[in-house]
Amino acid sequence: MIEMFQEWYENRHEYAREWKKKNPDGKVLGYFCTYVPEEILYGANVLPVRILGSHEPQNVTEPHIFGMFCPFCRDCLAQGLEGRYDYLDGIMIAQSCLHIRQAFTSWHLHIPVPFSYYLPMPHHVQSPRAYTFLTEELKVFKKAVEDWTGRRITDADLDRGIEIMNRSRRLMKQAFETRKADNPPMTGLEAMYMSVSNQWIDKEEHSNILEIVLEKDLPGRDVGKSDVPRLILLGSEDDDTAFVKMAEDCGSVFVIDDHCTGTRYFWNEVQPREDRLAAIAARYVDRPACPTKDWPRRSRLDHVLELAQDWNVAGAVVIQQKFCDPHELDIPPQRKNLGENDIPSLFLELDVTVPIGQFRIRVEAFLEMLSQEDLF
Amino acid sequence: MAKYPTEPLKLWNKAKEIRETFYRNYAEAHDKGGIRWAGGAWTFDAVPAGLGEDVYSLTSEPYGASLAFNRKLSLECLEATENAGWSRDLCSYMRNYWGSIIINKYAFGGPFPKPDFIWQDHICCSHAKWYQVVSELEGGIPMWCVDVAAGGCEPFMGLSPARIDYVAGQLLDGIDWLEKTTSRRFNDELYIEACWNDFRSTHKWAEICLLNQAVPAPLDEKSMYSLYVLATLQKSWKVIADFYEELYKEVEDRVKRGIAAVGNEKYRVISDTQPPWGFLKVFRYLEKFGCVSIGSLYTFGLEGMWNYTEEGQMIPRAMPDHKPKDREEATRMLVDWHLHKPEYQHFYSPKFKSDFMTAIANDWKLDGIMLHYNRGCEGLSLGIAENRLALQKAGYPVMTFEGNMGDEREFDEARTMQRIDAFMETLGAEQLEE
Repeated sequence: MIEMFQEWYENRHEYAREWKKKNPDGKVLGYFCTYVPEEILYGANVLPVRILGSHEPQNVTEPHIFGMFCPFCRDCLAQGLEGRYDYLDGIMIAQSCLHIRQAFTSWHLHIPVPFSYYLPMPHHVQSPRAYTFLTEELKVFKKAVEDWTGRRITDADLDRGIEIMNRSRRLMKQAFETRKADNPPMTGLEAMYMSVSNQWIDKEEHSNILEIVLEKDLPGRDVGKSDVPRLILLGSEDDDTAFVKMAEDCGSVFVIDDHCTGTRYFWNEVQPREDRLAAIAARYVDRPACPTKDWPRRSRLDHVLELAQDWNVAGAVVIQQKFCDPHELDIPPQRKNLGENDIPSLFLELDVTVPIGQFRIRVEAFLEMLSQEDLF
Repeated sequence: MAKYPTEPLKLWNKAKEIRETFYRNYAEAHDKGGIRWAGGAWTFDAVPAGLGEDVYSLTSEPYGASLAFNRKLSLECLEATENAGWSRDLCSYMRNYWGSIIINKYAFGGPFPKPDFIWQDHICCSHAKWYQVVSELEGGIPMWCVDVAAGGCEPFMGLSPARIDYVAGQLLDGIDWLEKTTSRRFNDELYIEACWNDFRSTHKWAEICLLNQAVPAPLDEKSMYSLYVLATLQKSWKVIADFYEELYKEVEDRVKRGIAAVGNEKYRVISDTQPPWGFLKVFRYLEKFGCVSIGSLYTFGLEGMWNYTEEGQMIPRAMPDHKPKDREEATRMLVDWHLHKPEYQHFYSPKFKSDFMTAIANDWKLDGIMLHYNRGCEGLSLGIAENRLALQKAGYPVMTFEGNMGDEREFDEARTMQRIDAFMETLGAEQLEE
């Protein structure tokens, strides 16, 4: 069953179109950032699908986004301009970086959909004021979704939305825990298919398959990665499967990550309380931070180090989307901190397409360096 | 022979003196037992004013611009920052600023004066992170940063009370923090007065910009940079609020007497974001064609407070109808005032910015618009490509040029001049005889 995630990854649009056929009363909403509170959307029978790029060269965004903004945001907008998300009933963004915001605002201007929403997710998540502020914004957002869908979202709906999301998070975390083993039962590539497909497949369906994978596929599984260097992958948004496959083919295994397409998306759950919206708000304020929100204290340093140590990695591959300012502002201290804790790192700058040949040489050199103690 | 009479601004030297005093006060604050703080030009500088009359600031963006203007020193700063591991495509003000700390050179002479605390706000990806690094470079300076990204509103309608509460709450928490950090008692009277000065400065600056609707324009963009900058230094400082009132009278008098900034004015344009500071000669070059840049989105919108009439015309936002009575009211008024300012609202939609520029183009009688694709500032380059499309759709010729406000290595002077030649030709302008 584990191959199902790859199939979903590769056929994301076909899946969403089929979902609409099966759910004629449901709506599909494209979202640009993982701070979007999907609990409310699931509660309203809306399927949230993340808008991601296709990693292909394109020539349609130049008139809309200045070339100094990251290739990821331009790749996302290209998908809309090329009509690949033509099944969407709505789009939304939760406030994060300026780059992806431009993909949203240009989409809003040029690819009209019935519903378009900007949620001002607070940046100062280390301030206690963020909880109240986001709770109030979620009230406004909930009302907007009700007006759009024409149905009231009850407490029971919110409870259902919370449970769908929490179940998915529990199962994803359980699956990632198995990678702590000396002989991890899945590759980093398989884990990436699993976590990224989770951002656009109906969570209940994804969780049902994931449960089977956890019960039947993973126990005792051997993917031949027991004696290769264990790595953590961290940095900007990354669903670059070609890169991950290449690095693992060079003789390594990614056992954990810190990405918004990976662990940051599902790491913590909503803790139930009477005020459902306050509970949802707290979950998003408390989740592992995106660099745009990691100030004044650098909480990401401890979080990433803890992941690296708990998953017993030998090295870190730090990737950054070209021009990604938030990560550029975190990467030097992040690498310093890892280095001071005896975790060497390799830094790579990604574009829409990856120069596989050049990166292979650098990855091989890095792996050779990690293995030098064995050699000498 | 010039078409219009011209004469130097009488207040020109006074503006320069105020700027020099500001930077000197900061550097010498400790000699007089005072306090130094650092933060952005966008920050709520009225708040630390409540700590006393011997509290001096260094605001980051104008300081970065001052470094950029000195191209030799700027290069030294930029390279020092890159050697420390930071990426070349980050905000160039920030890279200049960090470099100035790393090489320990103050742009106005002597070593870099270390601030006692940081008082910043955050709306672009770099604002808070900028000072996270400053704090680290200086060995751990206490830092307070306020998130002002509380959401957009169709300019310039009301923001919800919850959004005002969020930002005001952080400021009020910040006042408690300031007291603990400095061991000083916060003086509400000084604070309220500083808030009022802030309103006066930013209201009056918009009124000054409005006077530039006159033909001929009494001010040109290059001169305006030396005038608007005072509000980016410390808009809550009485000296600056008073200066703008004095300046308004002088500019009003120039309009009455038909005094031009550029005597041969025939064509009028504006630009958008920060200029390449090391190459302000671009604006002088325009004059060879009888073209005057009468301002920019940046000079109008960063420190000017605006509103729209029902007909869509821009007018300065009216002063609050009363002085705040206490700390809470002052804070809420200050937040309401600043969160509506154009440069904040432009972060939420390119349409807001396009509408603002179109209104300027209509009411300031423009012939064309120059857009600086500025690699040095992602915040104010936000949506610039969409602005180009919208302004063209509105019927205005648009010229774009790529550069960097604070990194001379990313500005191609010869190519930019060629583009200006082509743009002038589009407008029908020809080089005038010397």
